[in-house]
Amino acid sequence: MSALLQNLVNQPYKHGFVTEIESDIAPKGLNEEIIRMISAKKNEPDWLLSFRLRAYEKWLSMTEPQWQNVKYPKIDFQDISYYSAPKPKKKLASMDEVDPELLRTFEKLGVPLHERAALAGVAVDVIFDSVSVATTFKEKLAEVGIIFCSISEAVQNYPELVQKYLGSVVPVGDNFYAALNSAVFTDGSFCYIPEGVKCPMDLSTYFRINTEGSGQFERTLIIAENGASVSYLEGCTAPRFDTNQLHAAVVELVALDNAEIKYSTVQNWYAGDEKGIGGIYNFVTKRGLAKGINSRISWTQVETGSAITWKYPSCILRGENSVGEFYSVAVTNNYQQADTGTKMIHIGKNTRSTIVSKGISAGHSNSSYRGLVRIAPTAENARNYSQCDSMLIGDQCGANTFPYIQVHNNTAVVEHEASTSKIGEDQLFYFAQRGIGAEEAVSMIINGFCKEVFQQLPMEFAVEATKLLSFKLEGSVG
Amino acid sequence: MIDQNSKTLLEVRDLHAKVSDVEILKGVNLTVKCGEIHAIMGLNGSGKSTFAKVLAGHPGYQVTAGSVSFDNQDLLSLEPEVRSRNGIFLAFQYPIEIPGVANSQFLRLAYNTNQLSRGKEELDPLEFDDFVREKMQLLEMNVDFLDRSVNEGFSGGEKKRNEILQMALLEPKLAILDETDSGLDIDALRIVASGVNKLTNKDNAIILVTHYQRLLDYIVPDYVHIMESGRIIKTSGKDLAKELEVHGYDWIKADQLAKSTESSI
Repeated sequence: MSALLQNLVNQPYKHGFVTEIESDIAPKGLNEEIIRMISAKKNEPDWLLSFRLRAYEKWLSMTEPQWQNVKYPKIDFQDISYYSAPKPKKKLASMDEVDPELLRTFEKLGVPLHERAALAGVAVDVIFDSVSVATTFKEKLAEVGIIFCSISEAVQNYPELVQKYLGSVVPVGDNFYAALNSAVFTDGSFCYIPEGVKCPMDLSTYFRINTEGSGQFERTLIIAENGASVSYLEGCTAPRFDTNQLHAAVVELVALDNAEIKYSTVQNWYAGDEKGIGGIYNFVTKRGLAKGINSRISWTQVETGSAITWKYPSCILRGENSVGEFYSVAVTNNYQQADTGTKMIHIGKNTRSTIVSKGISAGHSNSSYRGLVRIAPTAENARNYSQCDSMLIGDQCGANTFPYIQVHNNTAVVEHEASTSKIGEDQLFYFAQRGIGAEEAVSMIINGFCKEVFQQLPMEFAVEATKLLSFKLEGSVG
Repeated sequence: MIDQNSKTLLEVRDLHAKVSDVEILKGVNLTVKCGEIHAIMGLNGSGKSTFAKVLAGHPGYQVTAGSVSFDNQDLLSLEPEVRSRNGIFLAFQYPIEIPGVANSQFLRLAYNTNQLSRGKEELDPLEFDDFVREKMQLLEMNVDFLDRSVNEGFSGGEKKRNEILQMALLEPKLAILDETDSGLDIDALRIVASGVNKLTNKDNAIILVTHYQRLLDYIVPDYVHIMESGRIIKTSGKDLAKELEVHGYDWIKADQLAKSTESSI
């Protein structure tokens, strides 16, 4: 049975190819000069350069976190190139002008941009090795006053907004990787929803890591003004390489009074081969500030890729009656490692949070849920409900749950539930006896297991996620 | 119903099987023709359930000798899902729970998979809903079964009914009911048995694996086989089960012992 399981999991990574586009690569290594170079290349204002330098100084004084339940060789931060941009031939006014090679890449990924944008009504801000090359639906969004562009553009066109909010949720010295990101981030997305505006469509960004050995340091900032709401989708895939690629993104969300931000991720980066060689290191800091009264921040993630995932999308519930949600599916296979979860920091009165975490481990992989629920003394009548379920496929993998609960106000109600289940021979035999093969059976069991999370995803994303999971676990059971 | 002219559906010859190096089946012989109902009785550990699982192709059991032909095909060379599609159905003694998967979804996938393999049309969710509701009436099942997760939180009786519902949907050529009567109260037993009876016809066959006579009051077998230590040691008509009920299994053993003593004289 484990042999059949193995076969299912051991499908080669479909998206493993390198697009040949001329790249402008910075020399390897990190120092003040490189940071000045990045800032100059991007024609940044002084305040941003000093933001970067402040972060770099913090970073120098920090050490890599060791507490997470993952193992990897030490990263040589001087062996990474911190800037890589496709050489722009000229400014692009429309999709037709996008490098055909790039479009073909998206074709291979199964995300034809035209089609996607047209069919799904999704505005796609394409990130290709750190620089945005195409933005669609901009005019439509502009009609209602929504700003959706790359963060570099935002720095040029809306500097006061960026300056006001950048680093306001994740300070430059928040943690080792956030500091690194703050020092060297090259691009990312910026989204501003003005007062009272409900964003008429889901906003989406496809991330892509392309240049071998170049780290990616995305920076995303989303602001929802009073009474505004937005649903943001992030999807990722990367080509196959043998050298590990570091990815340390920072995402900051700010929701003001009665505002709502829903952030959904489907992550499918290269996870390494069946021996665990190669693959992306995904060390991400994502945090939302529910700043205003009745504000709501909701994280939904489907994590299937990366050699190592280290990520805790969090909510700071400062506004009265604010709500934080975290819905997560993390799949690990082969030698993948994931240490992921959330932090719900209750500060305001009557704040509520929900955590639903589903971990699926197959092969030799290891998956940990790590979650903090903190009820501050000021958080009268705070409520939290946490549910952490793990599913094991085969007998070589592991799953752990590390809940941290800190309650400093005795009116709080905090609930935590956890379960572990296993897809075993008997379950598969039951399906087989009804004529259903192992792959279909696993797909059905997994989708059943993840249902509560998938329900939170926008429709098209849910369909993609379902397919992705089946694909990821193909061959892992039998 | 015994009809000497009906065709042979299952032919088991000298079947040996083991699980993790312990031999459980030690030479089972059995012939089942279309239209027949066979009961296999025996004590715990006699090999009845193992025999049922081996026929269905459970991967935990290894066949070490013997042959099984089903519908003129070598059954043992087929994967369990293919055996199912070819018409072997096992009603489980302990049906598995599948959290998060709606019963209706599971039933439809099973049904459509079998339909496809028989070159017949699949049913979409709405058509299937009408179809399955009709079958559920047969077993006096409440429609809320469809929305619940497969077997999750079902009572013992509900699980067994759900098994027979699947039998009704898949219309197997050979249904093997493994201890379907265990865990059923008398009313549920009557409902399940009447459901099974309605599903029998001259083209299919049933093997009932059971401890007790009581199921056989409702589903009357053509043959009763007694299993002991991995072999069928006695085969007779339906009255055998009744005698067994009166005299107990020791009576058979004594009977066998007497016979073997006789033959050795």
